[in-house]
Amino acid sequence: MNTDTHAAHADHHHGDGHAHSTFSGYMLGFVLSVVLTAIPFWLVMSGALPSKQITALVIMAFAVVQIVVHMIYFLHMNTTSENGWSMMALIFTIVMVVIALSGSLWVMSHLNSNMMPVHQMRGMN
Amino acid sequence: MTVSVNPTQTGEPVFYLADEHPHPEGWSTSLGFWIYLMSDCLIFAILFATFGVLGGNYAAGPAPKDLFDLNLVAVNTSMLLLSSITYGFAMLTMQQNKIGQTQMWLAITGLFGAAFIGIELTEFAHMIHEGATPQRSAFLSAFFTLVGTHGLHVSCGLIWLVTLMMQVQKFGLIEANRRRLMCLSMFWHFLDVVWIGVFTFVYLLGVLR
Repeated sequence: MNTDTHAAHADHHHGDGHAHSTFSGYMLGFVLSVVLTAIPFWLVMSGALPSKQITALVIMAFAVVQIVVHMIYFLHMNTTSENGWSMMALIFTIVMVVIALSGSLWVMSHLNSNMMPVHQMRGMN
Repeated sequence: MTVSVNPTQTGEPVFYLADEHPHPEGWSTSLGFWIYLMSDCLIFAILFATFGVLGGNYAAGPAPKDLFDLNLVAVNTSMLLLSSITYGFAMLTMQQNKIGQTQMWLAITGLFGAAFIGIELTEFAHMIHEGATPQRSAFLSAFFTLVGTHGLHVSCGLIWLVTLMMQVQKFGLIEANRRRLMCLSMFWHFLDVVWIGVFTFVYLLGVLR
């Protein structure tokens, strides 16, 4: 048992190092991220899309795709590295980030819109 | 865990964990460093949330449209993107045990990183010169905190990069240095991921507003 787990660890350590980093992998990631960066900049600078809301949604979608591209090709994320623990940590972090971001924006925007305007407060005196 | 009792020569029992086995040095470093990066990610999430809440409060001061030069931001973004791919090349040459080429790619990465910081500081100096200081409005406080924290991270990465180049120069591509270079690789690419959020949510959406 003792030697088994040790061998598994050693094996595992050896296996996950940088088996995935190849020249073609990095180049593919780089080309994809250049394209995914250039399009949102172009959309905003040229105003190619008629509506600001649509442009905002499209560039946010591009950001999400580019983050995934960076995770896969540059940070070499996959479900098997560190026996899946790095993926678990990532998923946990994403959950926390989503709660923190959406919660803050939601609560604060409601507070903002429920604030009594100054002129109404004056009328109450 | 089993605890065994071994009689020593003097007959005294010694208690210890029998299945506590040695691990090779640094076997858990990459997971530990990943968890550090995730905690760093939470810091940036809070700063993004703050910016999201305060980003529209200009206090009758300058708005993103008046301040941001998207051409400059595009140049800055490409600097960081290029430094990411050159760091990737440094990792590839490190795998092939080519010290000279690894050092060269690390140096190029450092130059791109320094260019990024230089452009960002120029932008900050220009904004402050125009009176758009962090004290001016809630939007500018949130902006300088978020973008400044990212810039501080990149600056720390640059110091770390130079330190590792010295280490590699002195000790070569030993196992410990490979591990350190791998951690810095994760750190560097992580900062690039954060920058995707910054240029999308702060600059592009700010100018759209």
